[in-house]
Amino acid sequence: MEKFNKLTGNAIPLRITNVDTDMIIPKQFLKTIKRTGLGEYLFFELKFDQDGNKIDSFALNQDQYNGASILIAGKNFGCGSSREHAPWSIADYGIKCIIAPSYADIFYNNCFKNGILPIILDEETVAKLQDTAENTLNFNIDLEKQNITYLENNEQKEITFEIDPVKKKCLIEGLDDIGLTLNKSSSISDFENNQAKETPWLYGSKII
Amino acid sequence: MSAPKTLYDKIWDNHIVSINDDGTTILYIDRHLVHEVTSPQAFEGLRMSGRKVRRPEFTLATADHNVPTMDRDKGIADPDSKLQVETLERNASENNITYLPMSDKRQGIVHIVGPEQGFTQPGMTIVCGDSHTSTHGAFGALAWGIGTSEVEHTLATQTLIQTKAKNMCIKITGEVVDGVTAKDIILAIIKKIGTAGGTGYVIEYTGDVIKNLSMEGRMTVCNMSIEAGARAGLISPDEKTWEYLKGRPLAPSGEEFETAIKYWQSLATDEGAQYDEIVEIKADEIIPQVTWGTSPEDVVSIDGYVPDPKNASSDEKKRSIERALDYMGLEPNTPINEIEVNKVFIGSCTNGRIEDLRAVSKIAKGRKVEKNVHAMIVPGSGLVKEQAEKEGLDKIFIEAGFDWRDPGCSMCLAMNADKLKPQERCASTSNRNFEGRQGRGGRTHLMSPQMAAAAAIKGKLTDFRDL
Repeated sequence: MEKFNKLTGNAIPLRITNVDTDMIIPKQFLKTIKRTGLGEYLFFELKFDQDGNKIDSFALNQDQYNGASILIAGKNFGCGSSREHAPWSIADYGIKCIIAPSYADIFYNNCFKNGILPIILDEETVAKLQDTAENTLNFNIDLEKQNITYLENNEQKEITFEIDPVKKKCLIEGLDDIGLTLNKSSSISDFENNQAKETPWLYGSKII
Repeated sequence: MSAPKTLYDKIWDNHIVSINDDGTTILYIDRHLVHEVTSPQAFEGLRMSGRKVRRPEFTLATADHNVPTMDRDKGIADPDSKLQVETLERNASENNITYLPMSDKRQGIVHIVGPEQGFTQPGMTIVCGDSHTSTHGAFGALAWGIGTSEVEHTLATQTLIQTKAKNMCIKITGEVVDGVTAKDIILAIIKKIGTAGGTGYVIEYTGDVIKNLSMEGRMTVCNMSIEAGARAGLISPDEKTWEYLKGRPLAPSGEEFETAIKYWQSLATDEGAQYDEIVEIKADEIIPQVTWGTSPEDVVSIDGYVPDPKNASSDEKKRSIERALDYMGLEPNTPINEIEVNKVFIGSCTNGRIEDLRAVSKIAKGRKVEKNVHAMIVPGSGLVKEQAEKEGLDKIFIEAGFDWRDPGCSMCLAMNADKLKPQERCASTSNRNFEGRQGRGGRTHLMSPQMAAAAAIKGKLTDFRDL
């Protein structure tokens, strides 16, 4: 898995709450059998109108946010379906860090499997950062130090954030969790042997 | 004596393989459902790393999202959809996983097929790359949706690395008003706690109202736990659960069935067990519910009005109501029962079961779909379709002017050819009213099967009890 440690980049303010995974990546792009190439379809129906024209008011279409690697969004970001196509499209677009007051569980979890850091900050701070993002070119995100730093009116600002230490370690080390779990194969076999005794019907020979 | 536990605590504890140094748990997964949209990249991952499926016999695959609901003999027209379904077929075959193809009458939406086949049983851990896996919680199973990376992890190890969620109890007290369905109950719950209300929790639904629901109704409630933000929702298994399971192809039988019942009975939440959060809702206050906006929490009673952003509690809420009204093409303060629809969709893993179709047939019998409305009924599985036709429901539907289709996810998420056109307004028994969910620019109002059927007859949202 891709590692995450430090990141410097500009940020896109997305002032919408309850952004759902259908908004992030509409269903017509879920028919792929690959993980890559979804970046150009990120927020497709917010970026283009029904005739395929660019919607200028949408932040991702504005030149000043070209090449942004951070997204600052409203609360309950990523609600809806479990589609990992959502974080795949975000990462493929080049966004490696999201800042929001809260996330839906499955999406939050999926971020860590794809090298994306989802930072949680209170609503007021997020709203302020969205304003700041309109004028600030570079935010520095340091996962090790758990802080966000940037220059505002020539003044150095710092915001710290909390993150679960396990999830932090996963991102910093880019661990292959399947490999790690497979190292415990004998424990899994022990569990199965025991379960087959306790609840044998789970190991029946019935097939359909 | 150990501390009293909830149903969730017990299932969790029964599935701990080991606890990692970092405090996370390797949890055993008893059953894994697989569909075509969220699995190809997982199988590809296995191939690239030379890993095998650990327990193919605990895995069941079927295609549901992309399948056409008419002219099946002609195959799948869209080349991308076709490739995705063929990829699943190949992956299942290469890995010895049971696969129910489109031509098999047992094919259908994964969350309808699992229970029908007895694949879903109490006390199990069940996952699927699909957020509506929470449906299986109706059997007292711990069931939740996962992303594709976790699909791969489950295929390779039959486990997942998990952190335990908190316990929430939602108790429905009192008695339901006549005509109020499981769908109205879950919509009322989401209205109360919001789409993020259950985030970080597993919900247990309790109270006599829940106990009195059929298995189908319980599945409808648990199905939309995810719309309340909870990855899983469950209901204590009881006689109704065993009755449903008895004789199902994959359910235990004979003496083993009796042994299993004893085990299943032991799963109920102990007296004195602690929940982190308890929510009480009075059933008496619930009448048929519909959504007006673009979030499943935008719920209102059928006798209510479209909200006015002027009355919003915060600026942010005001913006969000304005955005939803604009998308939905609705004016503030419009009576809900004056909203006209031109499409009706009855089906999905929320409401595509036989009981739902029987309820629709009662409304449809002797009536006609309004001439400006196209109303489709998509059974949740081939077996639901077969049963409905055995009971003659299809004739009632067709006679009334409904479009009777083949099983699949269909217009719940519009990945196949069934979709709304821009600005079309749909009364839908599905689970999400997000912008574009049923087709770009399409406008969705969620409701029960009875209410959707009544909307088809009247051409507008209406209280079906007044028909």
